[in-house]
Amino acid sequence: MGKLSVNLCGIELDNPVIPASGTFGFGYEFAEIYDINVLGTFSFKGTTKDARFGNPTPRIAECTSGMINAVGLQNPGVEKVISEELPKLKKVFNKPVMANVSGFSVEDYAYTCALLDKEEQVGWLEVNVSCPNVHGGGMSFGTSPDAAAEVVAAVKAVTTKPVIIKLSPNVTDIVAIAKACETAGADGISLINTLLGMRINLKTRKPVIANKMGGFSGPAIFPVALRMVYQVASAVNIPVVGMGGVSSADDVIEMMLAGATAVEVGAANLVNPLACKEIIEALPEAMEKYGIENLTDIIGGAL
Amino acid sequence: MKDCIFTINSNELIAKSVYRMTLTGDTSDITNCGQFVNIKLDGFYLRRPISVCDVQGDVLTLIYKVVGNGTEKMSEMSEGESLQILTGLGNGYDLTKSGGAPLLIGGGVGVPPMYLLAKKLISKGCKVNVILGFNTQDEVFYENEFKALGCDVTVTTVDGSFGVKGFVTDALPESYSYFYTCGPEPMLKAVYKSANTSGQFSFEERMGCGFGACMGCSCKTVTGYKRICKDGPVLEKEEILWEN
Repeated sequence: MGKLSVNLCGIELDNPVIPASGTFGFGYEFAEIYDINVLGTFSFKGTTKDARFGNPTPRIAECTSGMINAVGLQNPGVEKVISEELPKLKKVFNKPVMANVSGFSVEDYAYTCALLDKEEQVGWLEVNVSCPNVHGGGMSFGTSPDAAAEVVAAVKAVTTKPVIIKLSPNVTDIVAIAKACETAGADGISLINTLLGMRINLKTRKPVIANKMGGFSGPAIFPVALRMVYQVASAVNIPVVGMGGVSSADDVIEMMLAGATAVEVGAANLVNPLACKEIIEALPEAMEKYGIENLTDIIGGAL
Repeated sequence: MKDCIFTINSNELIAKSVYRMTLTGDTSDITNCGQFVNIKLDGFYLRRPISVCDVQGDVLTLIYKVVGNGTEKMSEMSEGESLQILTGLGNGYDLTKSGGAPLLIGGGVGVPPMYLLAKKLISKGCKVNVILGFNTQDEVFYENEFKALGCDVTVTTVDGSFGVKGFVTDALPESYSYFYTCGPEPMLKAVYKSANTSGQFSFEERMGCGFGACMGCSCKTVTGYKRICKDGPVLEKEEILWEN
């Protein structure tokens, strides 16, 4: 066990840094420029029962210290993920991977998770009930404690792998939803997904994004994410994975002090493809600076 | 793909709102014409994707139009300043299909990638015919640069203030072996309808990352979903599906 290692739902991570779903594809683009085995793990592109193209373009808008995306869960569908993406991934990544799953009904979630449960390379199921870009589906599960708990129960019934439920910040009481998921059997909580936002083009006087609104991410949302991680970590007894605007080793440490066992890095990967590698490399020096012997000791240190 | 620091050698206005920047740095990952680079600018979260106009040794030439705050900031930079640039992005043009007398059609800031392409086609022994389309005379650039390469050049302007009056499609020659094009989407559609051979189109889209990770710039094609940044920006005529 190294000084950076943490235990996430029974699986040892060499370090707590995890590229967030939707910012890392299935890893190959990054494997071209660094050995992605330096990561704790990564959460692969949100996968659904059926293939999806997603939303029309433009899907991206820039913001001050952040960006908005409305990709809309583009993915090849779970069967192709298993038959095509995972075998390719195996060649460049030799650690358990986090499988990110979305759905449009409780049955969708259970179907997709049941298939991924059989995959040896999948370490955790990160069940996204919070994607803000899908009409009538994903989002509604994450905005109600009962609906989120129903998804957790359905997924737990089809898998023996740890189930981490990924929550939306676009709710009035995220703690109530997190607690409902814990009661329903979730093994961990990850948060936050993107904040619903928008931009308007001053020249055309129309929304920049074709879908009008999208998910706001990047350093600008870090304080909001940190606050929610702190609130949820204070209220539940299962591991919390913190994310939202994390871009440095200091941010990772701050998230862990707020209660995160592991930390996901999202938008930073898109503007700097080496972001996660650089953060991991910077952690030992940052730990020394703040007098941290082992990272695992500081989890929830500020609670 | 490589993320490198480049030093600006020059940055000059060459037409209305259009600048040419030359930079020195590690260009080794730029392996094909029609590729692009993604530029980090202080104070802006996302990078700016700009097509490669020319590469000579370690000198990179970019031509960009000021269209927003980011490119405006770029236009204010001067010699000696540095930029962090992700290089070697996108597939680029496939030169093997050119035939002996290819036609190159560039519109506005779709003109720059045609330059390195023309250079490569000429060194391959092709007779290169170029059409450069602009709105008006004060936007025209690179006519002489293409002529200096040995291309047969026709310039069109929509208002007729320079060259042939009209669109690039009003100046299409009768015969050519193949075509390559880059420009605004309405122009690409018009070329698609008017051209009488196969060809390759370079597309533009708002991008998140520029290297295939975020799916921000996906499009539907005959052969499935493609990411403009990674599987493109160049698509073959036969695989294009026009959405609207």
